[in-house]
Amino acid sequence: MFRLANLSKTFGDLKALSGIELSIPDGQTTVLIGPSGCGKSTLIRLMVGLVWPDVGTVMLDGQALKQENVLALRQKMGYVIQEGGLFPHLTAQENVALMANYLGWTQDRIDSRIEELAALTHFPADGLARFPGELSGGQRQRVGLMRALMLDPAVLLLDEPLGALDPMIRADLQSDLRSIFQTLGKTVVMVTHDIGEAGFFGDQIVLLREGKIIQIGNLKDLVQHPENEFVTQFINAQRSPLEGLE
Amino acid sequence: MKFLISILIFSVCHTSTQAQEVVVGSKMFTESVVLGEVMSHLGRNAGASVIHRRELGGTRVLWSALLKGDIDLYPEYTGTLSQEILAGENLKTEEEIRARLAKMGIAMSQPLGFNNTYALGMVEEKAEALGIRTISDLKKHPELTLGFGNEFLDRGDGWPSLRARYGLVHQNVSGLDHNLAYRGLEGGTIDVMDLYSTDAEIQYYKLRTLVDDLQHFPTYNAVIVYRVNLIDRAPQVVKEILKLEKLIPEKKMVMMNARAKLEKVPEVQVAADFLAENLNMHVDVKRVTVGAQLWKHTQDHLTLVGISLLGAIIVAIPVGIVAFRWTNGGQFILGLVGVIQTIPSLALLVFMIPLLGIGGPPAIVALFLYSLLPIVRNTYAGLHDIPVAVRESAAALGLPEGAQLRLVALPMASRSILAGIKTSAVINVGTATLGALIGAGGYGQPILTGIRLDDMSLILQGAIPAAVLALLVQGFFELFERLFVSRGLQLKGEIA
Repeated sequence: MFRLANLSKTFGDLKALSGIELSIPDGQTTVLIGPSGCGKSTLIRLMVGLVWPDVGTVMLDGQALKQENVLALRQKMGYVIQEGGLFPHLTAQENVALMANYLGWTQDRIDSRIEELAALTHFPADGLARFPGELSGGQRQRVGLMRALMLDPAVLLLDEPLGALDPMIRADLQSDLRSIFQTLGKTVVMVTHDIGEAGFFGDQIVLLREGKIIQIGNLKDLVQHPENEFVTQFINAQRSPLEGLE
Repeated sequence: MKFLISILIFSVCHTSTQAQEVVVGSKMFTESVVLGEVMSHLGRNAGASVIHRRELGGTRVLWSALLKGDIDLYPEYTGTLSQEILAGENLKTEEEIRARLAKMGIAMSQPLGFNNTYALGMVEEKAEALGIRTISDLKKHPELTLGFGNEFLDRGDGWPSLRARYGLVHQNVSGLDHNLAYRGLEGGTIDVMDLYSTDAEIQYYKLRTLVDDLQHFPTYNAVIVYRVNLIDRAPQVVKEILKLEKLIPEKKMVMMNARAKLEKVPEVQVAADFLAENLNMHVDVKRVTVGAQLWKHTQDHLTLVGISLLGAIIVAIPVGIVAFRWTNGGQFILGLVGVIQTIPSLALLVFMIPLLGIGGPPAIVALFLYSLLPIVRNTYAGLHDIPVAVRESAAALGLPEGAQLRLVALPMASRSILAGIKTSAVINVGTATLGALIGAGGYGQPILTGIRLDDMSLILQGAIPAAVLALLVQGFFELFERLFVSRGLQLKGEIA
């Protein structure tokens, strides 16, 4: 599905990414993780074509992502960001339906798709007529997810989707998201800085540092066979909630 | 919208020149307006349809309009022609002036019979106390405050040359409206002012006219200047109007000025009485009701504001979008539009005259230019303030740029854009009152007349409707915003 070949990107003097080689397996969840400034967000933005690499290519379904085909390819991807990135002037329903409307879907088709998605994401039906400013953070995130799923894309890209939520809602959404991913069997790429979240979602975890991939594997691989000292440090940096009892 | 278009068409038709249409101009002081009314009556008597563009903002405005053909004739003074309009050509006699004007396609009548020269005046008692009789005596009192009409302050035959001629060193010299200067003199805020020797106020305020002992001021014989082609176009009109030659001695002019200015008899009536008395001509003076006048001014004002604002909206929003999208040139565009805003409004109006003449069109263009900045700037700011995350979300959906702009960016910027339009509209309503200075009519007309005649109720007839209109415009846009801007953008805790 996704193949990233020899990707490099600099912003001014800052080398954001260098020599990235990565395959994203179909139907699985890949988590990009690493400390701040490691390039994980740049990497996911390169995949949507919001930034363009200095060197290398992003391949989707055997096609290289270019200015000419980026609009068409974006319709095969759903993109979700922190807080959902919703359009404040549109209701939840209008946010979700925007692209389908643009593509000329019939109202019936739009309505039934939204009904389906609301059920899938556990979004309350009476919230659909509300504006983003009238929704809670968790609800906004669900609307962002519905919007990304509207055209039934093959790939879902999520950039720290749960970063701004409080812990209870976050845990709730994490379970919902994982079950949605499993139900739909989509190829998912998710950026997070939380190793717990990475372990919870990731079939494949990609650990980055200073623009380079340090290790690729599942949580077990990272814990049991760390590539180097940094991998262990990164995993152990996260405190257990029970630490305070010791 | 339809309303605006229909008044646009109306005003265009209205200003197009027909064969028998004659346009008379007059300056912004009472004598000129009275003479303009006299000429208008005579023209109508000769069967022409006459438009009197009264109270235009100064010699330059009238002269440019005459050369351009926006007006056909107006009353002028020989001294003004030789010392100001044709300054530097060293024309001495009336014959020399006449010959020079003929080359420009302008004819000049014989003198009408009075000399309205410049003079300096002071309150009698004060002049007596200080022992000032002549302009030379002023040298002994450099502490005096001088207040001159703005035109006198700048004219070639005005203050600059007077000061040089008499070697005056006064530091407190300020420019103000001629009609207000009398009140300044009376109130003691100024000590010396410029007078027109036929001003009725000289007697009324008991002023001493200082003797021009070095004979600085030339003769200002009143004449009529008119376009030579008027002789072919409307020979009867020219014939009628030339009946005024040698018909108005100084005493009569002072009396007419006194009736109009001090007794508040409408100029049109003063002019009619003069013709009845001297040419045995009967003129019916139509009384225009305050309501009809208000309606006319409202129409004119709405035309000015409506067309200029509509044009500004159509141009400024795309310019704001370009300024936002074109990263390198954006600041340049904003700067350029900002520069237009710094041009003083009166100067901008006068700049327009050589290009567009007088009346509505130049005023509309000037108002249009003034309305650009708030809309361009707010369009730019509205787009600029959209969070990157939201902009990228629109892009990531796969919407082409045009659709991103139409469906997401512009609706999100709509409040800001609307606020810009509202600002422009309110400023526009106020600035449009200046349009009267170049013959565009509107609420500025009664304000100008009111200032000239020192008539507060007339000033209020323009000022109150202008203020009410500004409030209505403000209210209209607030209602518009409530009805048409997405409620999602009006929420208090709006996520941005």
